[in-house]
Amino acid sequence: MALSFQDLIFRLQEFWGRQGCVIQTPYDVEVGAGTMCPETFLRVLGPQPYRVAYVQPSRRPADGRYGDNPNRLFKHWQLQVILKPSPADIQDLYLKSLRHIGIDLRKHDIKFEEDNWESPTLGAWGIGWQVMLDGLEITQFTYFQQCGGIDLDPVPAELTYGLERIAAFLQDVDSVYDIVWNPPKRGASSFSYRDVRHADELQFSVYNFERADVATLWQLFELHEKECRRLLAEYPSGQEPAEKRRFPVLAAYDQVLKCSHLFNLLDSRGAISVTERVAVIGRVRELAVGVARSWIDQNVAATFTSPSEEAVVAE
Amino acid sequence: MPSNEFFLEIGTEEIPDWMIEPALKELQNLLWGDLLLRSLVQEDGLAEVHATPRRLVLYIPAVLDKQPDIEKLVTGPPKSAPQRAAESFAQKMGVPLSQIEVVSTPKGEYWGFRQKQKGLQTKELLKTLVPDTVLRIHFPKTMYWTGKNGPRFIRPIRSLLALYGRRVVPFSIAGVKSAAYTFGHRVLGKPRIKVTSFQQYLEALKNNGVVLKAAERREKILADAARLLAAAQPEGSPRRPTLRENPTLLNTLVYLTEFPTADMGQFDPAYLELPEEVLVTVMQHHQKYLSVSDAAGKLAPRFIFVMNLDGDSTGAIRHGNERVLRARFNDARFFWETDQKTPLGDRLPMLEHVTFQSQLGSYRQKTERNVALVRRLAAFVPQAPVEHAARAAELAKCDLTTELVKEFTELQGVVGGLYARAQGEPGEVADAIYDHYKPESMEERSPRTPAGALVALADKLDTLAGCFSIGLKPSGSSDPFALRRAAQGVVKILADHNLHAPLPELIAAAQPSGEAAGQLGEFFLDRLRYYLREVRGFRYDEVNAVLAVGAQDVPDAIARCEAVRQVRPTSNFEPLSAAFKRIQNILRKAGGVGQFPGEPDAALLEGGAEAELDGQARRVFEETKESRDYEMVLRRTAELRPAVDTFFDKVLVMAEDERVRRNRLTFLAWLLRAFTRVADFSEIVVS
Repeated sequence: MALSFQDLIFRLQEFWGRQGCVIQTPYDVEVGAGTMCPETFLRVLGPQPYRVAYVQPSRRPADGRYGDNPNRLFKHWQLQVILKPSPADIQDLYLKSLRHIGIDLRKHDIKFEEDNWESPTLGAWGIGWQVMLDGLEITQFTYFQQCGGIDLDPVPAELTYGLERIAAFLQDVDSVYDIVWNPPKRGASSFSYRDVRHADELQFSVYNFERADVATLWQLFELHEKECRRLLAEYPSGQEPAEKRRFPVLAAYDQVLKCSHLFNLLDSRGAISVTERVAVIGRVRELAVGVARSWIDQNVAATFTSPSEEAVVAE
Repeated sequence: MPSNEFFLEIGTEEIPDWMIEPALKELQNLLWGDLLLRSLVQEDGLAEVHATPRRLVLYIPAVLDKQPDIEKLVTGPPKSAPQRAAESFAQKMGVPLSQIEVVSTPKGEYWGFRQKQKGLQTKELLKTLVPDTVLRIHFPKTMYWTGKNGPRFIRPIRSLLALYGRRVVPFSIAGVKSAAYTFGHRVLGKPRIKVTSFQQYLEALKNNGVVLKAAERREKILADAARLLAAAQPEGSPRRPTLRENPTLLNTLVYLTEFPTADMGQFDPAYLELPEEVLVTVMQHHQKYLSVSDAAGKLAPRFIFVMNLDGDSTGAIRHGNERVLRARFNDARFFWETDQKTPLGDRLPMLEHVTFQSQLGSYRQKTERNVALVRRLAAFVPQAPVEHAARAAELAKCDLTTELVKEFTELQGVVGGLYARAQGEPGEVADAIYDHYKPESMEERSPRTPAGALVALADKLDTLAGCFSIGLKPSGSSDPFALRRAAQGVVKILADHNLHAPLPELIAAAQPSGEAAGQLGEFFLDRLRYYLREVRGFRYDEVNAVLAVGAQDVPDAIARCEAVRQVRPTSNFEPLSAAFKRIQNILRKAGGVGQFPGEPDAALLEGGAEAELDGQARRVFEETKESRDYEMVLRRTAELRPAVDTFFDKVLVMAEDERVRRNRLTFLAWLLRAFTRVADFSEIVVS
């Protein structure tokens, strides 16, 4: 029997856990993509090696379809993997992870097709591919080159698995809502993706497209922006490492994420004209770039919390 | 001198398909060029390049073992200098005095020394030349992967195979050492294979699931497809389904695979209710499937997909591809149905939120300008129904707000046209919307109807005038608003629809500000020149001759070029153009054509050759001056050649008598003006 949605997640976490990744939990602030979580956005900056994998529900308000469309979701789930630096056998590792979730590469067609990734809001871009499995895009594979406007050294590899797509493929269903979420065990029921998530999709589509109060959203945007700016302005650049270390750069970054999400909400509400769009994206990017700079400064000054060298080398 | 084979395989992660062929060409030119420069290969020697997505390969069957030794003459002090100077020169050369000699130079006798330079061993040279060359290959977008100070390439280099005369050429790039190993197909081959020669390398790849040569991969895809189509032929039907040709897509598939296998999938014929344009776009652009026509030429509910594998033993791959296509078609149907709920006309206000260009406003504003421009240009497209064209211009951009265009941006215009038709707009309006982005290339057709031509002209001219007015001119290879394409499109539409609209008036109608009108005039002249030469294939001197006497009316310029091309091979033409060049020279020396206005005084013309030429010229002029049959005009003009030749033989232009001389120059000036209506013959380069 094909993997259930949750077993798919377990298997991928198991695989990447064995590759020395920290298995993180989803970040608890709304994000548009797994890349935006501090575990990616901040950890890729600076020289310290890191390996991490986590599931991240990613919210894209404009993509909501009231639960009617079999393939489009307001909130979809990504499994995000960061390997920093990227190992030379990264493509092989990735293919092994597919075998680990039951995809026999002798019986399926895998192609790496050019697809470079860019996020203007984060001042980030990378080079890579979309990985196609029998004509279906299942993963975005990116070598990060820049983040928060800063050149990355070493170069991390980012793998973003589209979990609904892979599960629907494995279970051979045409609608994400028909995905089996958990396998039936000991008389307990099995739940479908519809059972678990449909109300979420419907209600948030209604909110995002119809009910969200534009004036309130703008107010919130400005409040979070202001809070972030205030913190960035107060960053103790010239001071002692100890002062820097306790400064809440991470809290400032949460404000960036709030702004980014509110921007997406305003966008889906049709409240941002294209001209304004560029300007608002610029405002969020400025915050993201500011946080990235402070983060690097903070971690040059302070001892970085990274796994020991041995932990990275051991597989 | 002995020679050896050299070959190089750069093993990489998947290179974008469209960058591979240019990279190969460059790899070959760079390395071959460097070897040739050092006389290590023959100018007409052989070299081959091959590639798959994961490897770039260069093979040169014969590279000399060693550069030839060279002898270089070093000149020292003059022979007349004191002995000391000669001694110190010999010392500097590191030889006893006896080995330097006297050489003669244009400046006198000097001491000299013939210095022998040993040619470098090829194996030594390649050690540095190969890695340098690899990193010099230009790619449109590169990355670094070993860190900021590491090399840049299109994708990470993971393996290097470099053999010269069966020995490894030792070097390393980004921590990868060259070796005598290659690798097979990811699934069908071994990851590490020992290589001893190019012949054995080819063999090894073949046995490990890699078809190295692009031509062979292309043939395999086409052969597979032909077999599948033959098998799909309905029983009793005389005709089989056919592949819809798409050479660009085919090339993409060739460079996306190391071992391509084509197979056929099907989809529910119910989707054929959607417009073919949408279905084909989904299949070709988004899924990279080749589409299929049924026996009657209509889109068949089938598609051909290409896998990077030796086959689909379980049918899972076909099943998967059919499933993805179904989802894509479902989306398209959903968009199609959703979009219908808001007619195009109701979308106009939504265009306010779609920016055309920050200084040039929204698409709503552009739409208003386009509509007004359609009305101003209407007189130039006499066959276009103005109200229909204006309506089309009003609706033309509304599809930018539809879900379908947001998803399939390449279908802008097409979708608008399809919706307009479905929503009951007149056919003329729908077709004009459908076509208004055309022609997007010189191979593509212009809009089919006069209304479509009018809307397309207005849209392009407004874009050009707007962008030039705010200083957004294309420069070098940077042309973000595709202004060259827009202007080229205007020229092609005027040509295809035979519209005698003067370019300066078209430009003025679009109301460019300040200097923009003049700049646009020059811009259009360049585009017209390009069109006549590259698209129509006229020779450069023919184009120069024609444009020198008028470059405002596109179809007229084409007709004149056509006439010059037709008449040029006739015996009188080139001599006549030589005669005109002579006339021009005479007049230039006498102060310029402008100095001699009006007509010559018949009374002052000399009998004989001069009067004869005057008589013939006037007759031809009267008979041809109104004509647009330029070929006839040129033939008749060319017939003047004997009379012109006789004139120059018998008559002295620079006569002693001031009045006669002036009258003769006026006569020549008149001839020049009268007969350069079609082309300025003096521009023709006489063979």
